[in-house]
Amino acid sequence: MQRDRPDVAGERPGADASLIDEQLMAVYKRMVLCRTLDERVWMLNRQGKAAIVASAQGHEAAQMGSVWALKKGTDRFYLYYRDLAVLVALGMTPTEIMLGFVAKQGEPLSGARQFPVHGAHADLGIVNLSNVVGTQIPQAVGSAMASRMRGEDAVTICYFGDGAASVGDCHEGMNFAAVHRLPIIFLCENNGYAISVPLSKQMAVDSVASRAEGYGMPGVVVDGTDVVAVYEATSEAAARARAGQGPTIVETMVERYLPHTSDDDDSRYRLREDIEEARKRDPVKILGQKLVSLGVLDSATDERFHSEGRRAVDEATELIDQAPYPGTDGFFDHVYAGGPPSL
Amino acid sequence: MTVLKAAREAMCEEMRRDTSVFIMGEDIAARGGVFLATDGFLEEFGEERVIDTPLAESAIAGIALGAAMHGMRPIAEIEFADFIWSTFNQIVGEAARVRYGTDGVLGAPMVLRAPYGGGVRGGLFHSQSPEAYFAHTPGLKVVTPATPYDTKGLLKSAIRDDDPVVFLEHKRTYRLVQGEVPDGDYTIPIGKADVKMEGDDISVITYGLTMHLCLEAARNLEDEGLSVEILDLRTLLPLDEEAILSTARKTGKVLIVHEDTMAGGIGGEVSAIIAEQAFDHLDAPIMRLGGPQVPAMPFSPPLEAMYMPNTDKIADAMRKLAEH
Repeated sequence: MQRDRPDVAGERPGADASLIDEQLMAVYKRMVLCRTLDERVWMLNRQGKAAIVASAQGHEAAQMGSVWALKKGTDRFYLYYRDLAVLVALGMTPTEIMLGFVAKQGEPLSGARQFPVHGAHADLGIVNLSNVVGTQIPQAVGSAMASRMRGEDAVTICYFGDGAASVGDCHEGMNFAAVHRLPIIFLCENNGYAISVPLSKQMAVDSVASRAEGYGMPGVVVDGTDVVAVYEATSEAAARARAGQGPTIVETMVERYLPHTSDDDDSRYRLREDIEEARKRDPVKILGQKLVSLGVLDSATDERFHSEGRRAVDEATELIDQAPYPGTDGFFDHVYAGGPPSL
Repeated sequence: MTVLKAAREAMCEEMRRDTSVFIMGEDIAARGGVFLATDGFLEEFGEERVIDTPLAESAIAGIALGAAMHGMRPIAEIEFADFIWSTFNQIVGEAARVRYGTDGVLGAPMVLRAPYGGGVRGGLFHSQSPEAYFAHTPGLKVVTPATPYDTKGLLKSAIRDDDPVVFLEHKRTYRLVQGEVPDGDYTIPIGKADVKMEGDDISVITYGLTMHLCLEAARNLEDEGLSVEILDLRTLLPLDEEAILSTARKTGKVLIVHEDTMAGGIGGEVSAIIAEQAFDHLDAPIMRLGGPQVPAMPFSPPLEAMYMPNTDKIADAMRKLAEH
């Protein structure tokens, strides 16, 4: 790992303690960076430079708090398309990430073959194979099973939205994981919408976590704008997984301020007042205010975090702007292990 | 040795050879599989490597895929190929695109095994032939052996392959077809067809159960003085273009036979390859004999017989082509 990369995973206090202030400051700094990056790629979309953006705004505490509770380089992270902050938390640089949004050469997850945030990263244990909702859930269960078969200490965390909770693969995967007590955390980012369909039309129960009992595993609901709450719930789930006690559903209640993606028009199904209300639960602001009240963040430091974030994203924007598109020479590479047997 | 025993031996020997190989599926542990393909596996390898799953085919495929991406070599068994449709999303949608979609960072060395095909009074939902759907997907390999020798050698290759392989065993061949299988370890390369009978007058290109029916029909026609060459494709993706073109050029008359629905089946692709690259060698239009245009094989004996290819139907087609 390069030392200069922002990196929140693996810097944890003792299992019995909450995040110490210093580490919370580090998380906040990454969160500010991630928000800046997120806003920038949305802007790049509006400028016609990024074909598609799914914003993580409102989800950052759920994503970063959970990464913080896990071991980078050991644990595996099965993502979905909205998990930008997981990449930032795991230490991918703004340039690496933004190359994906403009589909330029050197994009590290898929060689710019896939949508942004998709592909895999061997060193960081990232897998985000497709954007077909819910398919990652059984795959993540398979990852957890492989870890146990190979005698590894790894925990697999599987991120998914409330929309994916309705997919059959979610049921099949969770049930199997519970039967075999596999080392996996099912982390639901519940923002209340599957594109436009509200939660009330997706399920007749209050929460995804309430299904856990039916599978024979614990399920907890936490405030997904509270990075410490997410950290603690994930830590507990990880400890259970590592102790051979099986899976846990950690459901984080988050907000989505922006449309589903840059191609969506949320005015067709969502009231402005609803979005304004959601914005009051901004995890970046909530953490900033918490740090101010703890007396560890002052306005000068806050401004420095923001300006450093802007500078990092500005530099990355410059670099990706100049980066070339990938050549087509490798178009047929990696169809099969030994190259395509027949063209 | 039977085809069934050959499949069992291949898996058993690979599981002994490589501890990353394991098998998961329905009724495969204590029951030993509904066809007994995994008879005795639970006792030898234990429940960690012989995993009875819930009735959840998408999970069988998806979990096997997840394990395959992280150092294991799963064999995912689908009890009957008729239940394979639930795996489509995980196999066609996902597994086939792992290597390409991660720019080579991850691979999916897994085998999805299933008994397929009809002629066993299986009715609409225990007789289907799903191979064409999978064979349309770059990133997958699709293998359909016909003999015990090929089954064992190809299944070993499939398990050792670094990419996802859909391995289809015709259930009618399981106990019906006997053949020599040498002692010890051997493999047969995926992607290589095999001339099962040499001949000069016409070429018949086929695979699976119909390969045996074609052999029988060809032997019956020897008395009529017809010399038939039979090419067993063995692998449907990738197709062995060289072998297909070679036999087409040799006889100039090609009949393609498969049990699967003719329209949109493998025969269409084989036919196109020949038409594009060996047209000048043809002395007759390419002929196809395949499943009729009904959704599946009916249950009642005369209805099933109407669907199924048999030696008479094949011999008629052979004569017709030869007379052209």
